[in-house]
Amino acid sequence: MQAIIDFFSFSDPNIRYVVLGSMLLAASSAIVGVFIVLKKKALIGDAVSHSVLPGICAAFLFAGNKNIPLMIVGAFISGWLAIIIIDFITHNSKIKKDAAISIILTVFFGLGVVMLTYIQHNGYASQSGLESFIFGNAAALIGNDVIVFSIIAIILVITVIIFFKEFELTAFDEPYAKTLGLPVSRLELLLTTLTVLAVVTGITAVGVVLMAAMLITPAAAARFWSDNIKKIVIISACFGAFSGLAGAFISYMAPAMPTGPWMVVASSCIAFFSFFFAPKRGSVFLWWHKRQHIKITDEENILKIFYQIGEPSGYFEGEYSVSKLMEKRTVNQDRFKLALKRLKSKDLIKRVGENWHLTKNGMKESARIVRLHRLWELYLTKYMQMPAHKVHENAEMIEHILTPELEKELEVQLGFPDRDPHESIIPRFK
Amino acid sequence: MNESSVLKVNSLTVGYTRKPVLWGIDFEIPQGKIVGIVGPNGAGKSTLLKSVMGVIPITNGSVKIFDQSLDEVRKRVSYVPQRESVDWDFPASVFDVVMMGRYGRLGLLNRPRKVDKEVVLDCLEKVGMADFAKRQISQLSGGQQQRVFIARALAQQADFYLLDEPFAGVDAATEETIIQLLRKMSEENKTLIVVHHDLQSVKKYFDWIIMLNVNLVAYGPTETTFTEENIEKTYGGKLTLLSDVRNILANTPYPTKGNK
Repeated sequence: MQAIIDFFSFSDPNIRYVVLGSMLLAASSAIVGVFIVLKKKALIGDAVSHSVLPGICAAFLFAGNKNIPLMIVGAFISGWLAIIIIDFITHNSKIKKDAAISIILTVFFGLGVVMLTYIQHNGYASQSGLESFIFGNAAALIGNDVIVFSIIAIILVITVIIFFKEFELTAFDEPYAKTLGLPVSRLELLLTTLTVLAVVTGITAVGVVLMAAMLITPAAAARFWSDNIKKIVIISACFGAFSGLAGAFISYMAPAMPTGPWMVVASSCIAFFSFFFAPKRGSVFLWWHKRQHIKITDEENILKIFYQIGEPSGYFEGEYSVSKLMEKRTVNQDRFKLALKRLKSKDLIKRVGENWHLTKNGMKESARIVRLHRLWELYLTKYMQMPAHKVHENAEMIEHILTPELEKELEVQLGFPDRDPHESIIPRFK
Repeated sequence: MNESSVLKVNSLTVGYTRKPVLWGIDFEIPQGKIVGIVGPNGAGKSTLLKSVMGVIPITNGSVKIFDQSLDEVRKRVSYVPQRESVDWDFPASVFDVVMMGRYGRLGLLNRPRKVDKEVVLDCLEKVGMADFAKRQISQLSGGQQQRVFIARALAQQADFYLLDEPFAGVDAATEETIIQLLRKMSEENKTLIVVHHDLQSVKKYFDWIIMLNVNLVAYGPTETTFTEENIEKTYGGKLTLLSDVRNILANTPYPTKGNK
């Protein structure tokens, strides 16, 4: 408990560094990740993050110690080289892009691991912590390193803001961007550079193996929550920052735990949560939406019963008992009663003793459903050449989903008809 | 022909991975006309538009627009790609997509201003999509998607438009809206090139016609050019010798102009 208080009071400057650093790097890579995901280039992110390892090791061998700026340069060069080689292979051989990515990813990462092993077996005194570049250790984020990584992270965010509309357009429609005279290949280069930089910021805290997840997962999760690219970028950054915080916290509580994997676990949890619970796109929402549709269908069917009973006499304000209403339709009694209650709360029907009758709004609404039903029947016979006796079933379904927009369109296309294919009057209110 | 020519294509050859898709094309288009491009599948109709717009590199030959190179007149030219060429699940609204037509004029760093927003709304009005400005593009029908693409091109306020199959898979109402719009534009002396599939409507829609099948079969005013004989030449008999040579070329390395 004390540890939790220590952590969240941020009184220890080391904790401040670690937390701030992790959040910043995770947020900035999540922002870059949005464009990688939208461009459907997630695999490239994976390739880059694995490919920086030999560069880091080479920088270490060259400097003889853990020189962070030099390692960033090394990582940058080898990440870059990997992408150039992938492009070269794709354009100049029969090997397809996915195969080229796999080949380069494994070759570079293998080379990196070999170099790392060499370093470890040659007794470099200052090698300690180098192996954490594979899985990351936020505790290694100290002093000047944090400042360096934070500056890179801030550069990333600013660059994305500056080139936002260009990145948006090239992600949506690259050939068109080209016809507008946008420097498409230079923008592509820039995005690749940002990807490499994002990976570089994460090598200490997250490690090269899992950095791809920090690029892609928050962005993929954010896509569930919005249809607006600006909002997606902000949400993705928040998801990233939260994962960074969670990873740093867990590795603080249990120092044996590597930070990177926990950050990834945290962002994966967010992604799963989004998959199930995001509004509009999440599967729970879709399920709820379906239930809602069933409820509305029940309600509308009851309103139709009132209309049908009243139609022969033209008097729609009659009061009827539940059993009288249920004669007209075979439905589950419990569902029927629940639907009646909902209709009452919507002020579409009223209860008088044991009987129910339509309100003014209810009459309008019932006529609307019947109108949609009959318009659709007429449309089917007129435009789809369906025989009149077959259209009822289909209309029973469609009447519940027609929007006012489509209703207007139907009226226009059918020329505001008076009667349906069964010669029943199509009801209209002013 | 004394009118200034809008597009001048000179012995244009274009190849995908060395296989020629267009071979030695020569033609010229006068201003203010609606020009159709017809030809069988794989005839290189879309390729012609893309190479004129610099989307794919030219192997040989030259393209002049308003007697200048594309880079010099980019702001006067506008392109409508095929509807299926993009992923419509992209997170953007109708308004956002049409605004993209302004990005070329805005230049780097600049945000859309009030004028740009007005232009966008005006263009949406012209294609009958003003009510859909806030709609997600993933919720549009095929015809509506096509209108959005055309509105985006209109937002460029160009003088010369190249449209790739704007009538493919759209409803009758959309087709009517689009053709009315194109006619109005040509009355304003704008020039339009339209890749087209339906031979029935060629005479009704186009002043000029380009008939294409890897090589240029015929071009000129529709009335005199779109003849039984030329249609037969364009769609009839396969040029087997030509396609054999193309296949050999595909496997023979030769340099391309401006090789990227």
